[in-house]
Amino acid sequence: MSTVGAPAGVTGGEARPRAEARGRAEGRGGRRGRAPGQGGLWGVVFVAPQTLLFVAFFLVPVVIAFALAFMEVRPTRMTWVGLANFRRVLDDPLFGRALVNTSVFTAVVVVFWLGKALLIAYLLDPMSSALQTFFKSAFYLPAVTSSVIISLIWLWIFNPTFGLLNAFVGLFGVEPVAWLGNTRTALPALMAMQVVMGGGSSIVLLSAALARIPRDLYEVALIDGARRPTIFAKVVLPLIRPTLLYLVVTGTINTFQVFESVYVMTQGGPQFATTTVVYRIYQEAFQRFNLGLASAQAIVLFLITLVLAAVQFRLLGQNVEY
Amino acid sequence: MAARARFDPFLRDLSHPVKPTPLGAVVILVTLIVLALAALVPLYWMFATSLTPSAMTVRFPPELVPSDLTLDNYRAVLRQPNFWSWVRNSLIQALSVTAVVVATASMAGYALAKLPFPGSRTLFWLFILSMMLPFEAILVPLFLVVTRLGLVDTYLGLLLPLMAAPFSIFLMKQFIQTLPGELIDAARVDGASEPRIFWEVVLPLVRPGLAFLGIVTFVAQWNSFVWPLVVTRSSGMRTLQVGLVLIREQEPLFFGLQMAAAMLAAVPVIVVFFAFQRYFLRGVTVGALKG
Repeated sequence: MSTVGAPAGVTGGEARPRAEARGRAEGRGGRRGRAPGQGGLWGVVFVAPQTLLFVAFFLVPVVIAFALAFMEVRPTRMTWVGLANFRRVLDDPLFGRALVNTSVFTAVVVVFWLGKALLIAYLLDPMSSALQTFFKSAFYLPAVTSSVIISLIWLWIFNPTFGLLNAFVGLFGVEPVAWLGNTRTALPALMAMQVVMGGGSSIVLLSAALARIPRDLYEVALIDGARRPTIFAKVVLPLIRPTLLYLVVTGTINTFQVFESVYVMTQGGPQFATTTVVYRIYQEAFQRFNLGLASAQAIVLFLITLVLAAVQFRLLGQNVEY
Repeated sequence: MAARARFDPFLRDLSHPVKPTPLGAVVILVTLIVLALAALVPLYWMFATSLTPSAMTVRFPPELVPSDLTLDNYRAVLRQPNFWSWVRNSLIQALSVTAVVVATASMAGYALAKLPFPGSRTLFWLFILSMMLPFEAILVPLFLVVTRLGLVDTYLGLLLPLMAAPFSIFLMKQFIQTLPGELIDAARVDGASEPRIFWEVVLPLVRPGLAFLGIVTFVAQWNSFVWPLVVTRSSGMRTLQVGLVLIREQEPLFFGLQMAAAMLAAVPVIVVFFAFQRYFLRGVTVGALKG
């Protein structure tokens, strides 16, 4: 694609190749009146602080994670054990359970949370801007509240003896339920909480995407006699697809790492009904100090994340760029 | 017709091509109100419980509007042994990480966008790639690194790892990339040094981006839990979010106390949210999307 004819507002990707080609073409310039586009040493200086932090607290840990995954870690020494840790991860029924729990949790939460966000954004789109601002703020408020706080509130709401939810369902004649103390309801309770409180930032992103749809497209569709569901399926959905894809991918990756609510509300119980992958890693690493095994689990988590992202890009992908 | 923006009693955008009928608008409003209430009632419930005397919270059914208001729960929170240390540590964490990230990520973003050097593209892709890796996946080795450096239960150990911010670099690079190169080139031809160009040309032009990054980082840091939980040991080094969980572990049935503590932890970010509402509601897509 040439720079000429790039649509207005899509400037992001265009500047780089030009500037870079120029930067390479120029040699070292003098101090005054240097040729434009020359970065050289200053680029290195400017990027240095973040790069140092990145190396020390990201790259080195990643390398260590891969090394540890092949070792048995004891307080006194470390021994190379090859693939034994990975074999243990695969043989560990609890890790399998955690994988199933996390997959169910992620699938349900992402579908309902994104469905809710899309519904709200779509309903808001033809409404006045004051109303839009009001509701976007209302839905965003839980999103800026920390997950620990949300978890504490819902622990109180779910309380079997004095909780608000049992009082509410009691109005319909339902007997009190131990929402988090029951293997059948614990995971669904956590999922419901996530869906009910979630969606704030995705509503804002989807709203922005809806507002960018050119209005003449609607008008053309109306002239063609299209009805609302057709317009939604044929005009709206295709045009907000990049935003949806972005939200599905980031939402899936983030949801797959669910930890705080499990740690605060259920500690993985009852009977491992809410044990998730990251909670399992946390237990293994910081409660049992099996660092080798925990690292192998973390690498499995990383690989799953990569595969999930790749599959989603494949299925839904089209011109989404960094 | 210019005078189209008149007030609609059904709160519709009358210029929208597929605007709902009045009845449709009512259905939309009711749906939105129900969904919003579901998300906001829990926040209200935190507020209401925090003002309810503890004897009233262990009664069934609970009162939606407390009949008897008290500030005792807040007094009890303030009497918690290390409460003010937690507040101080959370403030230190949120403010210092935000300051360092805004400064260094904008520098790195400028370098990657406008000052190419050999390897800068590789470095950029390393940053991008690292965003794919869940933080939890490096939690264990990161903890080992910090242990080896002797920084467990210290401010440096708490703060330094949080200051590594590939996403913020990416964000600032996208912002800075959209600046016209001619402006920077002109300053260069005039003989301005790179730090001066950065300070006097680039930063003023990306002020909205800096503000956005700062606000988002502050809220994320104030709310962060996993790393502070893992890296702090002594009660005086804990942050507010970790402290909330400690309070709940000590007083599992003292709901008023828990909710009052949660309120005190929630209010700062709620204030930040309303003060900078437009930044949150603008829907920054970070140039990641071509919609």
